[in-house]
Amino acid sequence: MHNPQLNAAGELQHLLSIEGLPRAVLTQILDTADSFVGVTEREVKKVPILRGKSVFNLFFEASTRTRTTFEIAAKRLSADVINLNIAASSQTKGESLLDTVANLSAMQADIFIVRHVASGAPYLIARSVKPHEHVVNAGDGRHAHPTQGLLDLYTIRHYKKDFTQLTVAIVGDILHSRVARSLIHGLTTLGTPEVRVIAPQTLLPTGVESLGVRVFHDMKKGLAGADVVVMLRLQNERMRGALLPSAQEFNKYYGLSPDKLALAKPDAIVMHPGPMNRGVEIDSAVADGPHSVILPQVTYGIAVRMAVMSIIAGN
Amino acid sequence: MKILIKGGRVIDPASGRDAIGDVLVEGERIAALDAAARDARADQVIDAKGLVVAPGLVDICARLREPGFEYKATLESEMEAAIAGGVTSLACPPDTDPPLDEPGLVDMLRRRAKSLAHARLYPIGALTVKLEGERLTEMAELSESGCLAFTQANVPLDDTQVLWRALQYAGTFGFAVWLRAEDLSLARDGVAHDGEVATRLGLPGIPAMAETIALGRLLELVRATGTRLHVCRVSSAGGVAMIRAAKAEKLPVTCDVGIHHVHLSEMDLGYFDSHCHLVPPLRSPRDRDALRAGLADGTIDVICSDHTPVDEDAKQMPFSESEVGATGLELLLPLTLKWATETKTPLAKALAKVTSDAARVLGVKSGRIETGAPADFAIFDPQAIFRVVPEALRSQGKNTPFMGYELAGRVRYTLVDGRVILGETPKRPA
Amino acid sequence: MTTLPDAEALCAKLVAELKPLVKPSTAMIGLYTGGAWLAEKLHPQLGLSTPLGLMDIAFYRDDYHKQGLHHDPKRTRIAFEVEGRDLLLVDDILYTGRTVRAAMNELFDYGRPASITLVVLADRGGRQLPIFAQHYGTQVEVPDGQRLRIKRSAEGRLSMELEDA
Repeated sequence: MHNPQLNAAGELQHLLSIEGLPRAVLTQILDTADSFVGVTEREVKKVPILRGKSVFNLFFEASTRTRTTFEIAAKRLSADVINLNIAASSQTKGESLLDTVANLSAMQADIFIVRHVASGAPYLIARSVKPHEHVVNAGDGRHAHPTQGLLDLYTIRHYKKDFTQLTVAIVGDILHSRVARSLIHGLTTLGTPEVRVIAPQTLLPTGVESLGVRVFHDMKKGLAGADVVVMLRLQNERMRGALLPSAQEFNKYYGLSPDKLALAKPDAIVMHPGPMNRGVEIDSAVADGPHSVILPQVTYGIAVRMAVMSIIAGN
Repeated sequence: MKILIKGGRVIDPASGRDAIGDVLVEGERIAALDAAARDARADQVIDAKGLVVAPGLVDICARLREPGFEYKATLESEMEAAIAGGVTSLACPPDTDPPLDEPGLVDMLRRRAKSLAHARLYPIGALTVKLEGERLTEMAELSESGCLAFTQANVPLDDTQVLWRALQYAGTFGFAVWLRAEDLSLARDGVAHDGEVATRLGLPGIPAMAETIALGRLLELVRATGTRLHVCRVSSAGGVAMIRAAKAEKLPVTCDVGIHHVHLSEMDLGYFDSHCHLVPPLRSPRDRDALRAGLADGTIDVICSDHTPVDEDAKQMPFSESEVGATGLELLLPLTLKWATETKTPLAKALAKVTSDAARVLGVKSGRIETGAPADFAIFDPQAIFRVVPEALRSQGKNTPFMGYELAGRVRYTLVDGRVILGETPKRPA
Repeated sequence: MTTLPDAEALCAKLVAELKPLVKPSTAMIGLYTGGAWLAEKLHPQLGLSTPLGLMDIAFYRDDYHKQGLHHDPKRTRIAFEVEGRDLLLVDDILYTGRTVRAAMNELFDYGRPASITLVVLADRGGRQLPIFAQHYGTQVEVPDGQRLRIKRSAEGRLSMELEDA
């Protein structure tokens, strides 16, 4: 089946999911992000590359963090940014998703950044936009969050260099996590030999092994010898949905504490896509400790999004 | 009026007959076959050389969207679709607006269909008032109005006590109850089969267990009441196995499968194709293979279309927000032929699933080619290929996962009660 | 068949030209890829106090709308203050002048230099913008349908070649 993200020449037209992207495309994005990290470190943090282009933030699901980083990234590329808080506007009037997009299209959009509560929504939009318009998925339901996956991959590459030597452990609510799915696809595409998921059965999706991961229910065993530990946020609803009894029990068996972290490699890095629930999935001592690379992840997030937008807008 | 259908490959699945021959229609009935047909003096002749002469198809589940959903489709458009697909008898579920829970509504629907004089329409009555799963409907009255069975359509009825009483009451009068087996709490929020594809696509899943657990409950209730149960739209390997065992136990159980589930699986969802958003969901290839095995060994009695016209806007939504269902009346025949070809199933055996066996489960006399039977025919060219494009579909619903496919099996003539509803006017004999 | 001068000899010529003119505080920036190669040869021989800067102009090109972000950008690394600095901007071939225009725009996003002196190995004419090189190794006429390329051997020797465009 033709990958809707790539144009006829195999170039990235939309970024909808890491799944299905060739290794070369992933590497191109990470390498380009590298250049942008340099830009974010100097005083004039702007480059003129997307001057005259319009980036529309279409957030059907509220998010200040992600939307802000996309906005900063777009502005650093000298693009014009328009934020649309769809939840509050036409959607409640019953305007269909595609009608909303068509109306915006008439306003000369170049890139749509889309976040939606329903998996697959960005694909529907990508099928309907004009040839010169591009869609970036900022998170769709449980399905994918490709820019987060990419910035996680960038972070890992920055600290660990060679994916083919790594053991990566992802801990927590895999079932509901689009971040986990995207990261898993990226890691396997880039040749990571051992990708582990650590969670109680209730938080693992059916057939998760088919994604290319090893399943652990025992966190101590799962962390043994890990080079990278990625902690996922645990939301309060999970307790109400009969998936978990309490945050306390979760923290005791699946939270990252210093002594559990000690089972990983001595130079292991700890990542978290944020926002963190301190004391639930991660203890403050670890979040603020020497292994944590959680803050740099944020900087890399801007550079990665700059890379994605500058690559697709030119194709 | 005597019409001679000449030189076609006459297939009567009920008797297993599959041979070139002739059929004489007189008035509303089949008057004679082969030699006896040729000897009679026909007023008109249909040249069926190169065509298959089969009983008109009996589709035991097709939504016509009347009353209440006329913006999606109307009786006129859907009956046109039925005739174009060679369907001469169809049963419609009661999930209309208002639901078919009162004799007056059933009467009105039947009269509308009769005045159209296309396919025969058999409304299936609601099992509970408004399908709400609390109070029983007046099943005896509804039966007098023409309901041949009672069902909840796709509306869940999860209260076991009510289910039991409903089966008991229906059984009192010898009525059959048609139910889809799905556990409400396991299916809640789910939109796709709980498996590898749903995991990759991040779609909430409905496990196959939702079907088998509910089926276990239903079969226990059948054991307790002896009421005839027809299980609608089996979808899983586990479900097929349980029905096979129930039949071996000689329980009064029959079942059907939707034509889409005979062909498709979760793999066909692709990049969130909402045309594959169906109930029950398309399950794994293993489940689909088990459904095919169930058709082959007779565990599954009937194939139906589960025809559900949906306007395109309701499909152009993110998968989980899109409306469920696929259009299928016109595609039931070509898709049944496709299944037969792929599995090397003899045509007579394959057609039984949409003619004689369907008629048997529904409880009507159609679906047979024999002297004295109603003159309902689907005369088709099994080799004629057509492309499934919106213009080629008479139904108002263009929502099919097979859009763009090339299918074989074009209906040339459809006859109901001896009248040619679709096709060229038959010629005078030479 | 145009015979091209020896690139290594031209490097030596440039070093001789620049040496009397530079101060220790002068800094050098080479443009990827050919300019960087040339700068890597010149820099050690000029006694500069700052490390060599390397620049990629991918994000400042004027042909993004046609070409997109085509080649893989390398990371610009400038480890000194541009502000108030006398800069030697080094590229391999000067042609339309657009690359140098982009490089100057990028440089000014790092700070305001005191001066920029352009040093190139070969000036092939064909300018489309008012840009000139204060120091060049040679001038070359490139026949229609061909282009001029700098190559670097495994041992690090530079050479110039003409190839079909």
